[in-house]
Amino acid sequence: MIGRRWYTPWLFLAPSLVLLTVFMWWPVVNTAALSFTDTHTLRGGGFTGLDNFRRIAGDDFFWNALGNTALFTVIVTPALVVLPLLIAILVSAKLKGMTFFRVVFFSPVVASMVVAALIWGWMLRSDGLVNFVLDRLGVINEPLRWLSDPALVMISVSIVTIWKGLGYYMVIYIAGLQNIPQDLYEAAALDGAGPIRRLWSITLPLMRPTMVLVGTLVTLNAVKVFTEAFVLTGGGPNRASETLVLYIYQRGFSGLELGYSSAMSLVLFVVVLGLTLLSQIVTRRRANP
Amino acid sequence: MTTLAPETVPDASRPGGAAILDAGRRARRRRLLGTLGRYALLLFVLVISVGPFLWQISTSLKGPGENIFAFPPEFIPSDPTLGNYVAVMRSLPLVNYLTNSGYVALLVVAGNCLFGAMAGYALARMRFRGREPLFAAMIATLVIPFEVIMISVFLVARDLSLINTLTGAALPITVTVLSIFIMRQAFVSLHPELEEAGRVDGTNEWQLFWHIALPSARGSLAVVAIFSFMTAWDDFLWPLIVLRDPEKFTLTVGLVFLDGQFSADQRLIAAGTIIAIIPVLILFIALQKQFFRGVGEGAVKG
Repeated sequence: MIGRRWYTPWLFLAPSLVLLTVFMWWPVVNTAALSFTDTHTLRGGGFTGLDNFRRIAGDDFFWNALGNTALFTVIVTPALVVLPLLIAILVSAKLKGMTFFRVVFFSPVVASMVVAALIWGWMLRSDGLVNFVLDRLGVINEPLRWLSDPALVMISVSIVTIWKGLGYYMVIYIAGLQNIPQDLYEAAALDGAGPIRRLWSITLPLMRPTMVLVGTLVTLNAVKVFTEAFVLTGGGPNRASETLVLYIYQRGFSGLELGYSSAMSLVLFVVVLGLTLLSQIVTRRRANP
Repeated sequence: MTTLAPETVPDASRPGGAAILDAGRRARRRRLLGTLGRYALLLFVLVISVGPFLWQISTSLKGPGENIFAFPPEFIPSDPTLGNYVAVMRSLPLVNYLTNSGYVALLVVAGNCLFGAMAGYALARMRFRGREPLFAAMIATLVIPFEVIMISVFLVARDLSLINTLTGAALPITVTVLSIFIMRQAFVSLHPELEEAGRVDGTNEWQLFWHIALPSARGSLAVVAIFSFMTAWDDFLWPLIVLRDPEKFTLTVGLVFLDGQFSADQRLIAAGTIIAIIPVLILFIALQKQFFRGVGEGAVKG
């Protein structure tokens, strides 16, 4: 080939390879290595074997953070698998104004998570808009302490995530819905199947692969939740909304315990990897029954 | 929806026609109710997705004399003013934050488009030893979230004296595997004849890439540009780690910093969040198609 040496591809790849090596591949290796040390920002550290992992096992704050993250995941995943699908079905109707609704429903997605959390932090105050609306609807008698009641804070954090995520997953579902052949619905309608029946027997079974995909994306994002909790509550009150990444961040950058927080990062990675493999298995099984 | 052809319209004067007409009317009424129900649900979702923005705008327009904690709340400001926007731009370092975010976003968009396209081109159109393992190594790291490696990325940034610099805030996302992947997909499906035609003329590999391949992958390039802009503009955790000095804060870190201050005035914070949304909102309204396409390609990552 003309003007082509063996190193030509490598010249094209060079900038990316340098950046990926410095900011991704090396940090991956280093995170694993640091996990077995007691490295501290100020005084360095040495090899300590499995000490960090033993410490994690007995660290109540770690288990608290893991529990909060699990609770968040359990709230957010079903909500973001089901609600965006229903919205996608709504905006897929052949009625006037559907493009408008799609664009508007997507708008929370383009706001940054920080902005979303600030907006909701303002609305979820005890004297805020949410309590007012719930009060007027007769749902509550006295204001809920959304941001300071330990039983409620993870729900508040979830609300931000769900609100911002609805439009994003709606778009993925719309793409899936477009692949369902229209004549299936027509045939079912001729057989006298009502809208609910058609949803149940046609839409849901055919959308199952998309639902698995969305469920995977939501779950993988949920276990690394940070910004919502950091902005809304800072992890409070009394660690009631401290998530795993928030705890790792605090140990690493406030506590300066780089070795210990790397070990917890490794645990987080194992969780992510486990969930990824799980979703692969579910996807495969769905593909070849 | 099917429409009745004129000749099948039931005639009430004929025997049995009345019953058919009645059934038709009932079906039409049911359809109408269904349509109204759909619109009611759509409006409900509309209120939920836009309401918070509107409330934020309302707060940002309230004058200093208005009680923003009033119960019941005032939805329409009684004394509307743009004063909060002026104040937040003038007295608070918001302009500074905007400039910083703009600079970071520019670096990130340029890096992802150029380097991502170059790497994607090499992976898609060139044969060389180690191509497959390299691509596999890239794809494999897609499963590693930034949150897992942030401690070590911080150490790298410290060793390279990037702490408290905007370049440091940009570099870790200046090229992402996702961008390389999207560009590779675009070049793989490129028409080989285009390339052959270029080769005949004796152009070198760079000219081929720059003048022939890149222009025909404009759609994917737009997706990469939008995605990396959003990533940079919205990034919070990494800038929070790497930036120390309030002078250097990007918009997201700066807004949270302002919000956390004791004397924070919610009217100003609200104005600040609205200002933060505007650039992205304009971009989104102008480029809806690419945004929606980007969601599709981003989902491949999962």
